[in-house]
Amino acid sequence: MAQANDAPLATPLADRHQALGARMVEFGGWMMPLQYTGIIEEHRAVRSKAGVFDLSHMGELYVEGPDAAAALGYALTTEPANLKVGRAQYSMICWPEGGVMDDLIVYRLDDERFMVVANASNASVVSDALAERLAGSHLILDDRSLATGLVAIQGPLAQAILAPLTGLALPDLPYYSIAQGDVAGVPALVARTGYTGEDGFEVIADVADLGRVWDALLEAGTPLGAVPVGLGARDTLRLEAGMPLYGNELGPDTTPFEAGLGRVVKLGKEGDFVGRAALEKASADGPRKLLVGLMVRGRGIARHGYEIFLGDRRIGVVTSGTQSPTLGQPIAMAYVTPSEAEPGTIVDVGIRDQRVSAEVVPMPFYRRPAKTTDARA
Amino acid sequence: MVPQDLRYTKEHEWVRIEGDLATVGITDFAAEQLGDVVFVDLPEVGRTVAQFAAVGVIESVKAVSDLFAPVGGDVVETNAELTSKPELLNSDPFGKGWMLRIRISDPTALDGLLDLTAYEALTSEA
Repeated sequence: MAQANDAPLATPLADRHQALGARMVEFGGWMMPLQYTGIIEEHRAVRSKAGVFDLSHMGELYVEGPDAAAALGYALTTEPANLKVGRAQYSMICWPEGGVMDDLIVYRLDDERFMVVANASNASVVSDALAERLAGSHLILDDRSLATGLVAIQGPLAQAILAPLTGLALPDLPYYSIAQGDVAGVPALVARTGYTGEDGFEVIADVADLGRVWDALLEAGTPLGAVPVGLGARDTLRLEAGMPLYGNELGPDTTPFEAGLGRVVKLGKEGDFVGRAALEKASADGPRKLLVGLMVRGRGIARHGYEIFLGDRRIGVVTSGTQSPTLGQPIAMAYVTPSEAEPGTIVDVGIRDQRVSAEVVPMPFYRRPAKTTDARA
Repeated sequence: MVPQDLRYTKEHEWVRIEGDLATVGITDFAAEQLGDVVFVDLPEVGRTVAQFAAVGVIESVKAVSDLFAPVGGDVVETNAELTSKPELLNSDPFGKGWMLRIRISDPTALDGLLDLTAYEALTSEA
């Protein structure tokens, strides 16, 4: 896996990104497309039509064996044993001290076979932690991050574009589920998951086959208005959808409760799991900070690292912020002291040498219109 | 296509000199590098600015960058349209995307600006 001091890895689609004129950027140890034509245009295409993303930097870790479900229950905060075959769950892997090591999606591919998808920047850390936590159990941990690529298609037209390319019956694939099938003639896993707030799919295939998946999706999607989308718009899309990003909203100094994700910490499950004692204490003590949404009411954009004030008191810090392409207003996520986390609270954001007014608002900032999908969550 | 009759800075700004007035904007190279501009903060009219001082802010979706005064003098006008249409910096950087006008206090300071040949040499290295 990529280490910080290695040269960045190239995705299997690097030639295609270059041909499309993408601006590339290093992210999580990989050279990835930041944008093709422009972040706002790509963002709007995903909201109105569809976008095709290269997410080959994500880590894919397979866990297989008779102990797989129970051992993952020890390593993670959720209960993979409760997943039905073909279903997925959002999960966390925490440090023994209770902080977040990474947020993950766990897919149950078969009774004794799981796939864990981790963030690129953390894939090697998660892989090492799983190896340690799963040691001694009857299972095989197979880190296929470098052998496996991932292409996502997201947006209201995602199903219409993908359906003709696969033998899978996509309307029968609910939100947060996965099926083994074929896409553009290559064997693939197709999951109805994503990171944009839209309906959509993630297609996981061998590195050698990924180009055919990418080409087929763009060929079928372009006449319908689909475009390739880079990490720039991926970030603005997930921010509007109120989804956390590791390194911004999540990290070792933050518990899942503070991030508003206590629902993925199954304190009621049987047996020990890594971080249990610390997370039980954190749950009992209450959060030291809470993640909130902010709408900037004055002029300016609140960015990662900007401080938040109530009067003269520093009460928090912005974790992510941008101009929302959908709302046409600056939006942000921030950690604030729990007593100031109520929606409607007016705070100040320190933007350069000015204090700019902002309001705590419920998240998400954007919710897709109902009934654009057959997904049954 | 970079206009011939302008002067430039290393910070990728252009300057059009007409008498003692300097009209200032960012180059198409800068606009392209920034990406979609979503916010512009300009100095107040009447403010006296020093040459190469940071006088404003340009924000794209991803990045924040300073606007520098290519010449010293008094700010006599700013492009108010940019407040509601910051995207003009991307669509027409040398035209409707102009940012401010400065009454030049010291004409000899213009020697510190680049001509087209020097600016193109700068961007071709980038």
